[in-house]
Amino acid sequence: MPEMTLIDAIREAMDEELARDPRVFITGEDVGKRGGVFRATMGLYQKYGEKRIVDSPLAELSIVAIGIGAACAGLVPICEIQFADFIHPAFNQIVNEAAKMYYRSGGTWNVPLTIRAPYGGGIGGGLYHSQSVEAFFTHVPGLKVVIPSTPYDAKGLLKSAVRDPNPVLFFEPKKGYRSIKGEVPEGEYTVPLGKARLARQGSDLSVYAYGMMAHYAVQAAEQVAREDGIQCDVVDLRTLLPIDKETILASFKKTGKALIVYEDNLTMGYGAEIAAILSCDGFEYMDAPIMRLGGPDVPAVPFSHPLQEAFMPNPHKIAAAIRQLAAY
Amino acid sequence: MTALTNTQLSHFSAQLSAETLLEMYWYMLLARRTDERAWLLHRQGKIAFHISGMGHEATQVGAAFAIQRGVDYVAPYYRDLALCLAIGITPRDFMLSLFGKAGEITSKARQMPSHWSHKPLHILSTSSPVATQVPQAAGLAFAIKYKRENGLIDPNDASQPRLALTCLGEGSTSQGEWHEGMNWAGVHKLPFICIVQNNNYAISVPIEQQMAVSHVAERASAYGVLGVTVDGTDVLAVYDVMRAAVERAYNGEGATLIEAKCYRLTPHSSDDDDRTYRPREEVEEAKRADPILRFERHLLERGILTEALKQEYEQRVRQSVDEAQRYAENAPYPEESSLYEDVYMTT
Ligand SMILES: Cc1ncc(C[n+]2csc(CCOP(=O)(O)OP(=O)(O)O)c2C)c(N)n1
Ligand SMILES: [Mg+2]
Repeated sequence: MPEMTLIDAIREAMDEELARDPRVFITGEDVGKRGGVFRATMGLYQKYGEKRIVDSPLAELSIVAIGIGAACAGLVPICEIQFADFIHPAFNQIVNEAAKMYYRSGGTWNVPLTIRAPYGGGIGGGLYHSQSVEAFFTHVPGLKVVIPSTPYDAKGLLKSAVRDPNPVLFFEPKKGYRSIKGEVPEGEYTVPLGKARLARQGSDLSVYAYGMMAHYAVQAAEQVAREDGIQCDVVDLRTLLPIDKETILASFKKTGKALIVYEDNLTMGYGAEIAAILSCDGFEYMDAPIMRLGGPDVPAVPFSHPLQEAFMPNPHKIAAAIRQLAAY
Repeated sequence: MTALTNTQLSHFSAQLSAETLLEMYWYMLLARRTDERAWLLHRQGKIAFHISGMGHEATQVGAAFAIQRGVDYVAPYYRDLALCLAIGITPRDFMLSLFGKAGEITSKARQMPSHWSHKPLHILSTSSPVATQVPQAAGLAFAIKYKRENGLIDPNDASQPRLALTCLGEGSTSQGEWHEGMNWAGVHKLPFICIVQNNNYAISVPIEQQMAVSHVAERASAYGVLGVTVDGTDVLAVYDVMRAAVERAYNGEGATLIEAKCYRLTPHSSDDDDRTYRPREEVEEAKRADPILRFERHLLERGILTEALKQEYEQRVRQSVDEAQRYAENAPYPEESSLYEDVYMTT
């Protein structure tokens, strides 16, 4: 199986979907000749032409709104928001419009729209090129929220997102675009939305994570297995909404201990919901306080390198948290 | 088109048959009487909310008759009762939504009344936050162009929409959504028409506090879109400019912004009291220039409408509204289980 980077897998998914279905088109800032600022759409303009790979005006709400209208008219848009930090101008169109369209039209107008956005810190991006925005959107029924952590999943999940009849937010851990590599089979496959993945197996405790943190969690789990003999389940959530309670609870049932890792600000973050599910539906298995490791509650990730590193969870910090929980 | 005078454009409406003119009159009347009934039901305490289109009927019916009704896409706003009736939503549909009853077609009685939607008639579902429909309508228009250019549709297929029409009020053009939608329409030369129903107020705030230009249509040039201002109380004048805009859209010549000047004959909604911000004389004067009376006089003068026919129409409209009300009052409320339906589409 060929090994590829996360971003190559994302590009390949789009390439195959564009080839498969002429209704699929891409719009966003610099997605055309430039191939996107991260090169996610590199070569697609040359291959599919300006009618299908459309550089948008520099205006995020319209990127999403055009996608909504086009999706309602039967097209299959893939909208790129250049950085998740710039999705906020489109919040109204995503939350009030795309998410509610099917419900508010009594199940008639659906919005088969995929919104891709690179997210997350650790790349020297400062306050406005580092944000994690998933928790804003996982609160909104009608949306699906997907965050891959491996090239295999990225390709399979993105293809599923494109084919899904609902609006899907697809957040890509940009720090891992080139550093995360993995095997991706040639040819057609999809990964279903709404299913978490057991990335590693162990019976001492469960680590729940997604995106870059899922990648780090596996590294940390390997480290504590080596150094301390602690064996962790690592649950890569993959789809944050709808949430895969079954897989989450199955792991907790086995271990009774949970560490939830996310790089977003800790308070009211996505991990709070996992904790609520575990404490409510998994109470009888609980063997230790549910632990969360997240970013600190400061407005955003600072630019200065040591400050950024202090903000970001990493394999080292995750390993320390695992040891602490295992000792409980 | 700004340069074109109404006389140059009037050849469009000059070609309308007596039958079509009467149909236009019918829809204006139907909208008015349905609207009046809603106010009555509200005063009787039978319904919780009504937002009215009274005073806007000429604009909306003139616009409806210029497009392929039920085929071309329409993304309306809350005042578009007459527009939607002319496209095919029925008084019964509207009454069901006023009462929030089962069988309500736009949203299964989830939305407040006047939040139109009808997929088979190509009316896009619209929400409450103003102007959100404008860039979405540009998206509909983008799809029309995309499908044509990528060979996904037969250009001669009459069942395919050939333009997207959207409406909103003048106050709502202050929103960024409107700007971004207009910009796409201009940049991509989309088959797109935006009608700004300029009634001079956004609830209580007059137009001078929304914009520093005296006509909304002036803004069109900033988007590379054609702009025109029309008397929105003159159904035939609206029809004429709309037909010109429709031809432009159908022929791939680009988007048009139509500012239709009209007057809201009622408070903003059943929750509003306009006496604090609108002088009574102003409202009374607008009532004397009522677009329906104006069209009625025109049709009577031309001998197309007669007093007898008018009476007959009034009677038929009343029957239709009575029947709709009766039906809605007798309809059951939605099952509680429907609360949980349609969150996600499953394939
Ligand atoms: C984004 C948003 N802000 C505020 C409101 C409340 N609101 C509803 S209608 C309205 C006035 C709209 O005025 P205009 O656009 O001129 O349309 P008109 O009602 O006069 O036809 C306001 C402020 C809203 N619906 N959406
Ligand atoms: Mg107004």
